Amino acid sequence: MFVRGLKRKCFDGEEDIEGTLAGIKAIPSYNLQRQSLLDMSLVKLQLCHMLVEPNLCRSVLIANTVRQIQEEMTQDGTWQMINTQSTGQTSLDRLVSTDILCRSSREQAEGKQVPGYSSFNKDFEDDQTQDSSETMSTSSSVQTPRNLQSNVWEMENPQESRGNFQKSLDQIFETLENKNPNSVEDLFSEVDNSYYDLDTMLTGMMSNTKMGHCDGLETFSSPTTATSNSNCKSDLNELDHIVEILVES
Amino acid sequence: MAQWAEAAGKGRSLQGCGAPWGPADIISTVEFNHTGELLATGDKGGRVVIFQREQESKQQPQRRGEYNVYSTFQSHEPEFDYLKSLEIEEKINKIRWLPQHNAAYFLLSTNDKTVKLWKVSERDKRPEGYNLKDEDGRLRDPSMITTLRVPVLRPMDLMVEATPRRVFANAHTYHINSISVNSDYETYMSADDLRINLWNFEITNQSFNIVDIKPANMEELTEVITAAEFHPHHCNAFVYSSSKGTIRLCDMRAAALCDRHAKFFEEPEDPSNRSFFSEIISSISDVKFSHSGRYIMTRDYLTVKVWDLNMENRPMETYQVHDYLRSKLCSLYENDCIFDKFECVWNGSDSVIMTGSYNNFFRMFDRNTKRDVTLEASRENSKPRAVLKPRKVCVGGKRRKDEISVDSLDFSKKILHTAWHPSENIIAVAATNNLYIFQDKVN
Repeated sequence: MFVRGLKRKCFDGEEDIEGTLAGIKAIPSYNLQRQSLLDMSLVKLQLCHMLVEPNLCRSVLIANTVRQIQEEMTQDGTWQMINTQSTGQTSLDRLVSTDILCRSSREQAEGKQVPGYSSFNKDFEDDQTQDSSETMSTSSSVQTPRNLQSNVWEMENPQESRGNFQKSLDQIFETLENKNPNSVEDLFSEVDNSYYDLDTMLTGMMSNTKMGHCDGLETFSSPTTATSNSNCKSDLNELDHIVEILVES
Repeated sequence: MAQWAEAAGKGRSLQGCGAPWGPADIISTVEFNHTGELLATGDKGGRVVIFQREQESKQQPQRRGEYNVYSTFQSHEPEFDYLKSLEIEEKINKIRWLPQHNAAYFLLSTNDKTVKLWKVSERDKRPEGYNLKDEDGRLRDPSMITTLRVPVLRPMDLMVEATPRRVFANAHTYHINSISVNSDYETYMSADDLRINLWNFEITNQSFNIVDIKPANMEELTEVITAAEFHPHHCNAFVYSSSKGTIRLCDMRAAALCDRHAKFFEEPEDPSNRSFFSEIISSISDVKFSHSGRYIMTRDYLTVKVWDLNMENRPMETYQVHDYLRSKLCSLYENDCIFDKFECVWNGSDSVIMTGSYNNFFRMFDRNTKRDVTLEASRENSKPRAVLKPRKVCVGGKRRKDEISVDSLDFSKKILHTAWHPSENIIAVAATNNLYIFQDKVN
């Protein structure tokens, strides 16, 4: 369980992703977990906004979680810390930490692999073996902005990155009452695409959830269906496709 | 606690008896009427199926709890809102019966936006021998009518008709999550994420807004209404629950717009259990008054709580439904199960409460003896009429025989909707597309 304000020990013993362990250990795992929870929540919120009428209760609860994390990160100054510590591997680590976060402590101790996440690790391994320019992307359409180095946290000016993040949050909260499909476009065009690798997050989430207990339909369950007229830019095509799959499955 | 067995061979999984099924067949609500003679289910495809209890007969006492299909009708159709460019799902969110006043039955059904009042009535005679119409209902040529005759009623096969009597539309911007018939039987309310409206059954073109929590600026929205219900006896009182885990009791005598509550029920947060998921798991998914009207029951993600109307600062009783999931909240957040809306019900005497869980498990808590039981609604693991075996989930350590480990629970098989007969130990449990009816075993 992910207890707030409590530092958790890094797990070890997983041979298959041992190479990444060094990276994880370098950064306090609680922050990583919190960061991955934030990433996950932002992806969920963004998926909410692709629907004309999202499940309001769910959106509000996720938005409150994001607010809570943001508040805590502002208080303990993690903003700046991450800013200085991050390396080119950060977003990878973040993705991996999602994996850590979702294992129970017992499983970690026994070094067992949760079936639901094995594909995730496999993806990750595959990614690692590839050239870093190809890493993390399943489509070739959006190579340039998805440079791992240009991460929001690594911007020179912390204030600037903070402002950027704040802006994206505001947009997300603003669009809670989103009626206009174009705002999806706005959301994506104005938010720094390289903040995190959305496609990989999505595919990661998808493979996780497909292998997991809930099927795709329930995973992103919402009483409304996705808009058919979401006229997103080309780099959103894949995202659209994924959402379509989610909706249709 | 009573032993439970499936009601009857024929009553077994009444809906979707092994036939191919799709998402439209997923049962989305279950409700007994006030006598328990009828049981209505609504599904994702907008259909309402009503089951009627078989008459008791001395020859076949085992048939006492058997329910058979009485009427099926399409209550809601998928719609498209052209102004908002928005599809409106036909899924039935809730069904509520009106007390019976004549031979016909009335029920309210709602999807996300529109509430409908349906009349379900029987017909076993039909008029014959009209003067102006022929037997097929076509108008006769007046020049052919040479004699007058008296129409007569002739017996025919029993037919159950469902007719829409009222359509209450265009009053909700958000998704309707609850409807509740008032004890004056003249009004009812419908609640969506941000507002509650009060309707008169006779008036479809206007309703009174009695609660509105929509902030002027939607960016400031941090709380939504999750469920609402009228007091069973006092027509001026109702409660609504929120996504922050609180319950407000409102008195309509105080003001027309009940923005200020009369009572506010909230339990202080346990600091030792605090996590980023605290708010999400404390969000209330269902609220129900006891039959007596003295208590309210609320369901959140991990617990059921019973509150005394006279004590606002903490619940009287808290029952753990599936506490073993506390260590799994992150994956349940990731796969969205944490947002599942489990409902809860009282038995006829308010002494036992029931609610659902995952893996087709459902839980019962005896408030007097403090005993609880986990049962499973499943075709694979139960024989017809066999007594349901209590199930146990093993948490860590060594798994004993008959126990199921937390890691092998199936989170796609969830029991969200259940109903308890108003006076007898008969329960209806909706497991995805199957409806199970169980009754206590009489030896």
